[in-house]
Amino acid sequence: MNIDWAALGQVFGTTLVVTVAMVGLFTLGIMGTSRKAPQEGEAGTAAAVGGSTSAVARTGGYACFALCLAAVGYGIFLIVAG
Amino acid sequence: MEHITLLIGIVIVTALVFDFTNGFHDTANAMATTISTGALKPKTAVAMSAVLNLVGAFLSVEVAKTISGGIIDEGSGIRPEVIFAGLVGAIVWNLLTWLAGLPSSSSHALFGGLIGATVVSVGIGGVNADAVVMKVLIPAVAAPIVAGIAATAATRLTYRLARNRAEEDTAKGYRAGQIASAALVSLAHGTNDAQKTMGVITLALITGGALAPQADPPMWVIASAGIAIALGTYLGGWRIIRTMGKGITDIQPPQGFAAQTGAAVTILASSHLGFALSTTQVCSGAVMGSGLGRKGGVVRWSTAGRMVLAWGLTLPAAGLVAAGAAFLAGQGTWGVTTVAVLGVVICGAIWAASRRKPVDHSNVNDVEPVEPAGVVTTALQSVTPPPAGSTTAGAGTIEGIPAQSTTRSPATSAVR
Repeated sequence: MNIDWAALGQVFGTTLVVTVAMVGLFTLGIMGTSRKAPQEGEAGTAAAVGGSTSAVARTGGYACFALCLAAVGYGIFLIVAG
Repeated sequence: MEHITLLIGIVIVTALVFDFTNGFHDTANAMATTISTGALKPKTAVAMSAVLNLVGAFLSVEVAKTISGGIIDEGSGIRPEVIFAGLVGAIVWNLLTWLAGLPSSSSHALFGGLIGATVVSVGIGGVNADAVVMKVLIPAVAAPIVAGIAATAATRLTYRLARNRAEEDTAKGYRAGQIASAALVSLAHGTNDAQKTMGVITLALITGGALAPQADPPMWVIASAGIAIALGTYLGGWRIIRTMGKGITDIQPPQGFAAQTGAAVTILASSHLGFALSTTQVCSGAVMGSGLGRKGGVVRWSTAGRMVLAWGLTLPAAGLVAAGAAFLAGQGTWGVTTVAVLGVVICGAIWAASRRKPVDHSNVNDVEPVEPAGVVTTALQSVTPPPAGSTTAGAGTIEGIPAQSTTRSPATSAVR
């Protein structure tokens, strides 16, 4: 009976890195494309209507989403090629 | 399709019934977090999951070809009766855990059933102990841990990154992310679990001589297995969805997204690298992990403990039922008939028991302890006897959860 530690470690490492990277990217995407919460004053979120995102942040956000989409595409490819 | 005897016909029907229970048992894996955070309406979520399961079933036949996967030795004289008995064991255990609302692995139930039936009819030599350890036991321990750690880390990260953002602004993004990752889990589930049933039917056809050994599953097998699992998914195992979405921990959209992504990645990485993990255990582990990752998040360890207990019991329990069934079925035609009748009666009884406290799409998210227990609630709890002994060994019913409500820290509500 020999346990395949290498494969087990590989699964663990890949999962950890890819999950954190995906969630991180996606969160950055959300950050880039959403309004910034009011930093000063206690105006509350209702007052944030005027705030908007810069073009750079927006573009970066979409780039992050695109990367995530590519990763999902690769995932589907893995399932199909299974 | 010629040469299909009555017995093979019964095996095929039983396999499809198992596939159906597998579908509604595992809807929770993909959709529990999506439903409990409100990203999708319950009905929409199960419909989407059902469609993706059906699509997944047609994508590949790799798993189906290796179903027995060396766990049972095909050369040792496995007969259709044995497969039948194994399936009955798996179905009975799946229904019992569903009644208790416990997410347990359908694959383990299937393996346990096949192993139990094989041991009784051809002896312990018919089972490959090595393969059992490598393909079932180790993944069973590793899967929830791997997915849990990944989900914890991801949850921490996403909360940290988005700490300056108002909840309303990020809600839409998290919602989309949850739906996408849940869809991926559904698709992977379809390719894996629908194929297990295809493999069993194909195995039965081969042992009955209707198909040549090493044959691919015929189209009608693929189609019927895909449809059975999709129907089961659409029916929705609402009891298990409730446990997973609300019972283990209270899930916020970012957590649901992190947990579901962790689960999808774990399943894909492991099946790509040759490990067959249990989808159920991966998803439950990920949900627990996301509970740990949020500040003020509370994991209800009593529920988690009962769930882990059910995981440990799944293999032996399904094996025992299957062993009994195999013993009876081995007695000849009357034995097979008895097993079939008993199986139908037990399923009917479990269904009848579930009707007494139905859980469906309308009340899946209603878990009473949403607000802190008031004086009346506490008084009620103190006079109400603990839940009566449940049908499954050691596993309580969902009613066990409310008692935990008082342990929730005020921080939980502060986060909202």
